[in-house]
Amino acid sequence: MPSAIVVDHLGKRYRIGLAPQRYQTLSENISRMFSAPLRAIRRGQSPALDGEDTIWALKDISFTVEKGQVLGIIGRNGAGKSTLLKLLSRITEPTEGFLTIRGRVGSLLEVGTGFHPELTGRENIFLNGAILGMKRSEIARRFDEIVDFSEVEQFIDTPVKRYSSGMYLRLAFAVAAHLEPEILVVDEVLAVGDAEFQKKCLGKMGDVAQQGRTVLFVSHNMSAILRLTNETIILEKGKMVLRAPSAEAVDRYLTSSHTNVGERVWEADEVPASSAPFHPIALRVKNKDGKVVDSLRSIEPFTIEMEYSLDASVPALRIGIYMNTTRGEAVFTSFDTDDAARYEKQTRRTPGHYFSRCTIPADMLNGGRYSLGVNASSYQIRRFFGDDQALDFNVDGTGAPGMQWIESRPGPIRPRLNWEIVCE
Amino acid sequence: MIENVLKRNDPDIIIVRPSRGWSALNLPELWKYRELLYFMVWRDIKVRYKQAVLGIAWAILLPVVNILIFTFVFGVLFKQNQTVANYPLLAATGQLPWGLFAAALGRCSVSLVGNSNLLTKVYFPRLIIPISSVLSGLVDFSISFLIVLGLMFYYRTSFSWNLLWLIPLTLLVVLTSLSVGLWLSALNVRYRDVQQIVPFLIQIWMYASPVAYSAGLVTGRFTRIIYGLNPMAGIIQGFRWAMIHGDPPGELFIISVVMVLIFFVSGLFYFRRMERTFADTI
Repeated sequence: MPSAIVVDHLGKRYRIGLAPQRYQTLSENISRMFSAPLRAIRRGQSPALDGEDTIWALKDISFTVEKGQVLGIIGRNGAGKSTLLKLLSRITEPTEGFLTIRGRVGSLLEVGTGFHPELTGRENIFLNGAILGMKRSEIARRFDEIVDFSEVEQFIDTPVKRYSSGMYLRLAFAVAAHLEPEILVVDEVLAVGDAEFQKKCLGKMGDVAQQGRTVLFVSHNMSAILRLTNETIILEKGKMVLRAPSAEAVDRYLTSSHTNVGERVWEADEVPASSAPFHPIALRVKNKDGKVVDSLRSIEPFTIEMEYSLDASVPALRIGIYMNTTRGEAVFTSFDTDDAARYEKQTRRTPGHYFSRCTIPADMLNGGRYSLGVNASSYQIRRFFGDDQALDFNVDGTGAPGMQWIESRPGPIRPRLNWEIVCE
Repeated sequence: MIENVLKRNDPDIIIVRPSRGWSALNLPELWKYRELLYFMVWRDIKVRYKQAVLGIAWAILLPVVNILIFTFVFGVLFKQNQTVANYPLLAATGQLPWGLFAAALGRCSVSLVGNSNLLTKVYFPRLIIPISSVLSGLVDFSISFLIVLGLMFYYRTSFSWNLLWLIPLTLLVVLTSLSVGLWLSALNVRYRDVQQIVPFLIQIWMYASPVAYSAGLVTGRFTRIIYGLNPMAGIIQGFRWAMIHGDPPGELFIISVVMVLIFFVSGLFYFRRMERTFADTI
C-alpha cells in the first residue's frame, strides 16, 4: 500500500529578520538593499546565503507515514514541530527537499480559525467548516452532531462574542472534530478547556484514530501521546533524533530532559533573535538549602529562579512561570510583577543581569512530576520569549498529609489543611 | 525519482516542494474552493453593518450624501450646472462605479493583512481573500444602482438598451479594483506603508477620474491618451454613456481596457509569486 505521507530531506530556513510579528517597512528594506551587498562583499559571500541572517528551523527531515498510522511528534520548544506541521499543512513552503501527501489533508493548528465574533454560533460553524475545507453539504449534514458535541445548543443563534471562553472553545473544537479528512494534522489543540472537556476531546481523537485515518499529532501531553499514537518522532533543534514506538520515544524524551537536572540553560542558538533585548539564561529549581536539584520534597519550601539579561530597558516587563503536571494539567501561573504595587512602581526594567525568584511554600504540591514553562512579555505590547516546557522536576510526597494511607490522591496539589472536628 | 512514481499512480496526490520563479495560475484548485469564496463574501457582507445603529441603511446614505456634496460643491459653487445639462445625474452616474471601485480597492489592499490569522493557520488558495473582498462590494453597489435608477426616473431620463452594457462595465470595475488590489494587498504583506498610502491613492485617483466632472472636459488627442491610462476614466465614461447617453466611450475606453488587462495579468503573477512567503512574512 502506498504511504500517505512521504517526507524527503525536508528543510526550512527562515531569515531571522522574518520572525513572526515583525514586518519590514519600505525604508528598512531599501536600506537593507543597499547594505546587503556591502556586507556580502565584506564577508565574501552572496547575500542570499548569508549564514548569520538565517536559521534552519528544520533540516534534513525524512520519514514516511503509512495510511491509517497515528504518528506522534514531540520535542521541546523551538525544536521545529510547528514548522513541520506548517509544511505538512502547506501553509508555508519548504526551502529544500519535498513532501508528498496522498489524500485530503485537514490541519488543526488551532481551533476556531476564522471564527468571527460578530457572527452567531450557527454561522460560525458553516464559516469555520468551509475554512477547514468541508463542503457546505457536509457541514449541513453533520450540523446537529456538531451542535450536540459542543453543548451550546441554547446559544447557537447568539453571536459568539457573547460566549464564555469555554463555550467558544467547545464550539470551535466541535467543528474541528467533525472534519473528515483522510489525513489529519493536529497541533496541541487538546490543551484547551477544562479537564472534563479535554477528556471528551481526547476520546474523540481516539475515535478518529480508530477509523483508520492517518493522524499526525503534536503534543506536550505525554499521556495523550501514549494513548493515541503507536509511533513517535522526537525533534531536537530542527533535526529528527529518533523514531520509535511511542512508549520508547516518550521514555527517551523524558529521561533526556533529566540530563539538565533541576536546571534549564538556554544556548545562544536556542533563543530566537526576536526575543531581543531579552536574553534568557537559565531556569532553575532549588531546594530549601539553595541547591539545584531535580527532586524536591513536598513538605519543604523550594525556589524557582529565572536568570536573564536585558540589553535595553524594557517597559512593563513581566516574567511568568507556568507550572503544569507532565500530563499537561495546568497547576498555576504566576508573574514576577503580580504584586500591583510593585507593578506600578517598577514601570521600566533597566539593562542588566537579573534574577526573578519566587518561593513555593511547603505543603502545596502533591507528589509527582511537574513541568515548568516560562514567558517574558510586556503585557499587551510584546511577547519577548516563551518556552512552555523549559524544565521538569519531581516532587516527592514523603511526609505529606495523609501519607498514612497508601492510596493515590488525585489532583496536583496536596495542601496541609487545618481540620476541625467538632461534635455539637 | 520517487515523485515520478507517485505522480503516475494518482492524480489526487499533492507534492510540496520549493518553488522557484513565476508560478502558473491554478484555476482548477480555485474552482475546488469556490464554496470558501462564497462563505468569505457572505461573511464580509454579514459583518459589515452588524452592530451599526443604521445597519444596511449606510449603504444608501453614503452614496446619497456623496452625490449631494458633489452637486453642491461642483454643481452650485463651481457652476458646472451651466455646462452640463443635468449635474446631479452626472455626479450620480460617476459616483456609482467609483464608489464600487474605491470601496473594493480599499478593502482589498488590507485584505491579506486583515486575514493574517487565516494565512498562518490554514491552507487554501490565497487568491480567495482578495477576490472575496472585492466581490463583497457588489451588494452596496446594487443598492447604489437602485438609487441612480430612481434619480433617472425622477429626471425622466429615457432608458435604452445601452443599459445592458452596464453588466460588462460593472465586471470591468470589479476587475480593475481586483487588479490593483492584488498588487497592493501583496505589497502590504511586506510593507505596511501601503495601507497608509492607499487612502491618499484613492483620493488622488478620484480627481484623476471623471467622477465629479465630465470626461469631455479633457480635450486634446494626446492629453486624452494620457488620461485614458487611468482605466477608471474610460469605464466611468462608459457608465455615463450607458445610463444618460453622454459621449460614447471611444478610444479612451479601449486604452482603459488594455490598461486593466495589463494590471490584472501583472498583478496575478506578482501575487502568485509572493504568496508562497505570505505566511512567513506577514
